Amino acid sequence: MAEFHEVSPNASAGEKLTNWFENRLPTAFEAYRVHMSEYYAPKNFNFWYIFGSLAMLVLVIQIVTGIFLVMHYKPDAALAFASVEYIMRDVPWGWLVRYMHSTGASAFFVVVYLHMFRGLIYGSYRKPRELVWIFGCAIFLCLMAEAFMGYLLPWGQMSYWGAQVIVNLFAAIPFIGPDLALLIRGDFVVGDATLNRFFSFHVIAVPLVLLGLVVAHLMALHDVGSNNPDGVEIKGPKAPKDGKGHPLDGIPFHPYYTVHDIFGVSVFLMVFTAIIFFAPEMGGYFLEYNNFIPADPFKTPLHIAPVWYFTPFYSMLRAVTDEMMYALIACVLAGALFAVAKMKMASVFKGAILVVAAVVVAMMLAIDAKFWGVVAMGGGVVILFFLPWLDNSPVKSIRYRPSWHKYLYAIFVLNFLVLGYLGMLPPSTIGGRVSQAGTLFYFGFFLLMPWWSRIGTPKQVPDRVIFAAH
Amino acid sequence: MSDTPVDTSKRTWMIASGCAGVVGGAFTAVPFVSSFQPSERAKAAGAAVEVDIAAIKPGEKMTVEWRGKPVWIVRRTPEQLAALPKLDAQLADPKSERKPADQAPEYARNENRSIKPEYLVAVGICTHLGCSPSDKFTTGPQPSLPDDWQGGFFCPCHGSTFDLAGRVFKNKPAPDNLEVPPHMYLSETKLLIGEDKKA
Repeated sequence: MAEFHEVSPNASAGEKLTNWFENRLPTAFEAYRVHMSEYYAPKNFNFWYIFGSLAMLVLVIQIVTGIFLVMHYKPDAALAFASVEYIMRDVPWGWLVRYMHSTGASAFFVVVYLHMFRGLIYGSYRKPRELVWIFGCAIFLCLMAEAFMGYLLPWGQMSYWGAQVIVNLFAAIPFIGPDLALLIRGDFVVGDATLNRFFSFHVIAVPLVLLGLVVAHLMALHDVGSNNPDGVEIKGPKAPKDGKGHPLDGIPFHPYYTVHDIFGVSVFLMVFTAIIFFAPEMGGYFLEYNNFIPADPFKTPLHIAPVWYFTPFYSMLRAVTDEMMYALIACVLAGALFAVAKMKMASVFKGAILVVAAVVVAMMLAIDAKFWGVVAMGGGVVILFFLPWLDNSPVKSIRYRPSWHKYLYAIFVLNFLVLGYLGMLPPSTIGGRVSQAGTLFYFGFFLLMPWWSRIGTPKQVPDRVIFAAH
Repeated sequence: MSDTPVDTSKRTWMIASGCAGVVGGAFTAVPFVSSFQPSERAKAAGAAVEVDIAAIKPGEKMTVEWRGKPVWIVRRTPEQLAALPKLDAQLADPKSERKPADQAPEYARNENRSIKPEYLVAVGICTHLGCSPSDKFTTGPQPSLPDDWQGGFFCPCHGSTFDLAGRVFKNKPAPDNLEVPPHMYLSETKLLIGEDKKA
């Protein structure tokens, strides 16, 4: 047990109370110092560094509004649609709580995509922050699960048929697929059983995992320290420090960045509330029109598309057709031959590569393109986890990369947006070809990164962060 | 850490009891995972459905629910039946030879994919990703369909097309023909869906 600390009898009542608690729960005071008042963050953060705090804010909004929605919502296939309309029309202020929750879902993805982009361009996933990045990717996966299962709950046409299509994706897995889909649905089609279990996952199971991951993300971040736009370590052995060992290029998170983030929160809330009050459906992008029609298991809507944040990955799913499989087989063979011809390794490994490539090609010929589409869609997310080991650039931040890297990242972003746009449209021949090219580019960007990230001469990285006092 | 050496006999028993605990934990997971399976009520809802088909006129379709899925009963006209064999070249699997056991019971593995040539009984769920295709019985050119369209079904989700025997056309996302459920005729106009004589 820690030493009991006494304060002077003349101390104020507030000080005495604080002391009383500090003697009985020192962990809380220690946590405040480690994570707030003595957590030194680089002083050169720019506006890209606002999205982490905003993601936390949206998480709180989603949890609070979610708690209130559950008080009126009925997870029953016969009652669900009407109960959401009841919240919208009859529950006092129910419409506001519901629109906060539905807009919050889209806002979450906007904020998280920007947060991930920040990590991508400043190399925030590089050593020693690999675990911070991996926990973040796991949070992104949890968010996708939350969004997908939450979208079933209003039990509209898009809820129903979207879930039907996505659950059937699992049925494409060879051998175990059909039984797995049955296990997910709990019935032979999406029905009451599916709605109930998705409700349970959406309101309790996934949020618990999500909260745990957020804690792990922040603890890992605060243990290794934040990256910054220059990619210069402020807490490294060579970094300049003051007499107490605090980094000269860092400032305490509280009060400096708490105040900074409150400004960001104000701007965010202006945009967020404007959408809630003036365009909660966002022209069908945040809440699709077909979802205002109750679910009808006998009638599929004429056009089915996921909500905007899933569409880039949905495009990848649709891009994998029988024809695309030949292109992918060619890529696998070319990759294997290149490894055998150019890379320096024992001939045993080269033989193994050829055998693996032959097995993969045989599987690609034997199993339906539908399954490989599912693999592409899942792979599009899973590949992000490996980013720390794909990037071989000698410098972290885009600021000191060769200039052409900036164009490559710009094309990557543009490509992602184009895939997202095409994923909202009904299938077409030209759109299909473009999304096939886009899918190849997306995977090529990551899979060839170990090679291209080494090319070119990086600029001189400064010893200390670039910062002008203001 | 203490410097005392590890007591290997205690360590062995610790590992053994740890393994026993893991096995127990795995068995405890069984009831929880099993609870994800369709309940007895959901299985009971899979019972056979009896349908009176007397009211269907030639060229019309009737939809009934079986296991929560739409089951179509289409009464095909002689012209529609005559058009079926001509389509074989355009179809992915005209003879239903890919996974025959999943596609149709033995008594429906013929040109018309039905017991009585006139009546097609099929599950109205696309074999691609489970959407319900729409009726496109009018022949001839129309949006999203080929100009020599002979009547059939069109899936709005990803554009798969099926003929009036539920057979899928070539180069479409759906891999298989529509499923024909087990069914039998109880009388001239009474159809039982979900059960056949075999059962």
